[in-house]
Amino acid sequence: MTNSNSNIQLDKHGRLKHFLTIEGLDRNLLLDILNYAESFSGVGERAVKKVPLLRGKTIANLFFEPSTRTRTTFELAAKRLSADVLSLNITHSATKKGESLLDTLRTLEAMHCDMFVVRHADSGAAHFIAANVAPGISVINGGDGRHAHPTQAMLDMFTIRKHKGDFAPLRVAIVGDIMHSRVARSEIHALSILGANEIRVIGPRTLIPKDIQTLGVHVYHDLEKGLQDVDVVVMLRLQHERMCSALLPGESEYFNLYGLTEKRLSVAKPDVIVMHPGPINRGVEIDSQVADGKRSVILQQVSHGIAVRMAVMAMAMGNLSNLDIEDADADSH
Amino acid sequence: MNQSPHDIELWLSDMADQLKKIVSDTPLMIGIQTGGIWIAERLHKKLGIEEPLGRLNIAFYRDDFSHIGLHPRVMPSNLPFSVENREIILVDDVLHTGRTIRAALNEIFDYGRPSRIILTALIERSGRELPICADVFGKRMSLKANEHVKLSGPEPLALEIKTAE
Amino acid sequence: MRTVIKHGRIVDPANKLDKVADLFIENGSIAAIGKAPSGFKPDHTIDAKNRIVCPGLVDLSARLREPGQEYKATIASETFAAASAGITSICCPPDTSPVIDTSAVAELIHQRALQANKAKVYCLGALTSRLESKTLTSMHALKTAGCVGVSNGYAGIRDAAVLRRALEYAATCGLVVHLFCEDEGLRNEGVVHEGMMSVRLGLPGIPETAETVAVSRALLLIEQTGTKVHFCRISSARSLQLIAQAKQQGLPVTADVGITHLYLTEIDLAGFNSLCHVRPPLRTDRDRDELRKALATGTLDAICSDHQPHDEDAKASPFGLTQPGASTLDVLLSLSLQLVQDKTLDTQTVFAALTVNPARIAGINAGHLGQGTPADVSIIDPELVWKAEKESLTSAGKNCPFLGWEMTGKVTHTLLDGNLVYEYKNKK
Repeated sequence: MTNSNSNIQLDKHGRLKHFLTIEGLDRNLLLDILNYAESFSGVGERAVKKVPLLRGKTIANLFFEPSTRTRTTFELAAKRLSADVLSLNITHSATKKGESLLDTLRTLEAMHCDMFVVRHADSGAAHFIAANVAPGISVINGGDGRHAHPTQAMLDMFTIRKHKGDFAPLRVAIVGDIMHSRVARSEIHALSILGANEIRVIGPRTLIPKDIQTLGVHVYHDLEKGLQDVDVVVMLRLQHERMCSALLPGESEYFNLYGLTEKRLSVAKPDVIVMHPGPINRGVEIDSQVADGKRSVILQQVSHGIAVRMAVMAMAMGNLSNLDIEDADADSH
Repeated sequence: MNQSPHDIELWLSDMADQLKKIVSDTPLMIGIQTGGIWIAERLHKKLGIEEPLGRLNIAFYRDDFSHIGLHPRVMPSNLPFSVENREIILVDDVLHTGRTIRAALNEIFDYGRPSRIILTALIERSGRELPICADVFGKRMSLKANEHVKLSGPEPLALEIKTAE
Repeated sequence: MRTVIKHGRIVDPANKLDKVADLFIENGSIAAIGKAPSGFKPDHTIDAKNRIVCPGLVDLSARLREPGQEYKATIASETFAAASAGITSICCPPDTSPVIDTSAVAELIHQRALQANKAKVYCLGALTSRLESKTLTSMHALKTAGCVGVSNGYAGIRDAAVLRRALEYAATCGLVVHLFCEDEGLRNEGVVHEGMMSVRLGLPGIPETAETVAVSRALLLIEQTGTKVHFCRISSARSLQLIAQAKQQGLPVTADVGITHLYLTEIDLAGFNSLCHVRPPLRTDRDRDELRKALATGTLDAICSDHQPHDEDAKASPFGLTQPGASTLDVLLSLSLQLVQDKTLDTQTVFAALTVNPARIAGINAGHLGQGTPADVSIIDPELVWKAEKESLTSAGKNCPFLGWEMTGKVTHTLLDGNLVYEYKNKK
């Protein structure tokens, strides 16, 4: 079943061609992403904050859902690879006129872009684009509906590895609105493939889908029980709409049950790290003391995002050639 | 045809002597991964350079990215000093086409503006594709296009010449 | 005109027939089976050696897209496709544009079908005006115009009182109510079954309870009103339990299943396959297995195609934005035959579910080969292998989730009122 996902992402040699979802990728490929990201993370501190890898290539950011944070990090990542960047905020105006996603795609292809970074409100949108795009164009998923946000998951894995090293002994808890979260789904896949010891999801029944256990996670509805002895806590953002659709009564009750405070965090391991994909709702899912405290690595996540996105873009773009690689000797001069 | 570690030691000493004659008081040294670093570590010691050795990985500056993509194994570059206005000894194991050196020069200049770069290579072999030559080298070799020379290491260092089918 | 079909294996579950015999047709009706009527000289002979000869199939739901959506398909194109697939009677749901809530629309459709003259089309009239679930339609007028039942299409009926009154009024007019059961609230914005795949794909799910709650509600109202109700496209094992119980109780209910749900499950959604975006959603393999069993036990009475032809654009979008529905006219027979070939179900059960049972539910004189009945006959080569491809599908809709499947069994001849309306031509 996972074959149809990974087939579309990988070329015939099993190398990354599109980056749509973590599901179906193997451990070595994920480690490659982390390792490349490591190499790219120094670029921002140099005099010339660029490497010439993608010079002459054009990357189009297609954001069908508004986003400042993700869009700017993708832009920065592309620019640090020396690529030219087109940022297109395709809001409802185009779709209101009745232009289908396919039509939008064809128009953009006529501009000879080499790569599309896509963010869309519908699950499966990135897959759809990858399946319909001209050959030789790479698609990176910047978040599709509730389905996947693979670059966010990888930058969180990068952050975890920086602080914890090996994934094998780790207990990771993801807290909040799992049902609607693409970040949660991608992180569960990533942690699972990288071999984390235990993955927990914590939240009210209305926000945790019944069948989430099929992904290999343990479900908790009690925050304190769920945080017992964890090494990493990932807090998810609670969106206001949830209160309006009879999923939750209100923000203060949510905070009382699932808000992360210093006291609640004390049952976790003493060296626990706290993460959040952002933007944070202070006083709803997390209180300021924790968000700004010494165990929070939230700000680092942002800078890691650029390096990880550089890695993914460089890998996908570099694999577009059809030539067979004989073992390219690193020392061939 | 293989070279013994003993020969390589002789060449390294010779290179160190030649370098001492042409460098200033306080040069920096940068080795190019992976073989260049093994050579650079020894020269770094022989020349008694105080500042740590810089390690350059030119993977992101290669000119063949469009053809073969990213190289599978990448260790990050690490230059633990500022290159601004400094004299740099750039070290590689084998100088062949010259493309690696071009990539290395491009990368170093993205860190800053050195005052001078001196190139040294253990082996300078035939087959140059760019107008680049070493200021100091250990041994010059004339090889056919299908012959490749490879340095193995880090201990012991040994050279092997292979013929591709 | 006189036609004889010779040496065929006659399968007619209505008369419990399964034997090799000749079939005699005269003046558009079945004249005899086995022995020729005295003085019978055929004008036309069809050799059906090694073939199955059965009543033309009766399909309780196939959307023809006319009037209103002719860019997807037309009555002409789809009745032709039906004929090529051995289907001679089709019930057409009311959600055309305009809706079949006036006799004029019903008459229009009947006219067009007669003109095309490939299959018989029976309309299901709308249960409520414009399918808005507020006011009743003139059901008597619709019946007079030829409607064989009434239905609310996919439109839910939030107000139970409206459903109750609609059931009572339909009973007054002597019309069977074809009910698609889905609680609107529980359905929410779901597009796939709420289960393992909806979690994996991040697609909003439709829980099983959306169907079972609606079925339960309907059954209790049927208990109260005594209306004849036919449940359309059951998808879950739990609903089957409720229906079986109701039948045991003696409630006047029947039920059908779409051919797609006898084969595919939520797993087939992998990769966001929009050809598998259907209503009701594809559920688990346990549900599928129970649906198959239910045909054997009689909890389910009929198999229908639930044919919904679409234009390319309808499926060319991210999953949640695609239109639901699969094109299945072409594969209904072959896939049903497969169930017999795999020994999942026996011949009589499968053919009954495609002929006599749906004919009874529609209240039409079809689906059987009794003497004097209209000669709607299909001749099938059960060994003929063909591949379901866009080029080989006859329907205007190429949105078939079975594309690429190898099918065994194909119709070679279809007769409508004794006239040959389809003959398979081998393109070699």
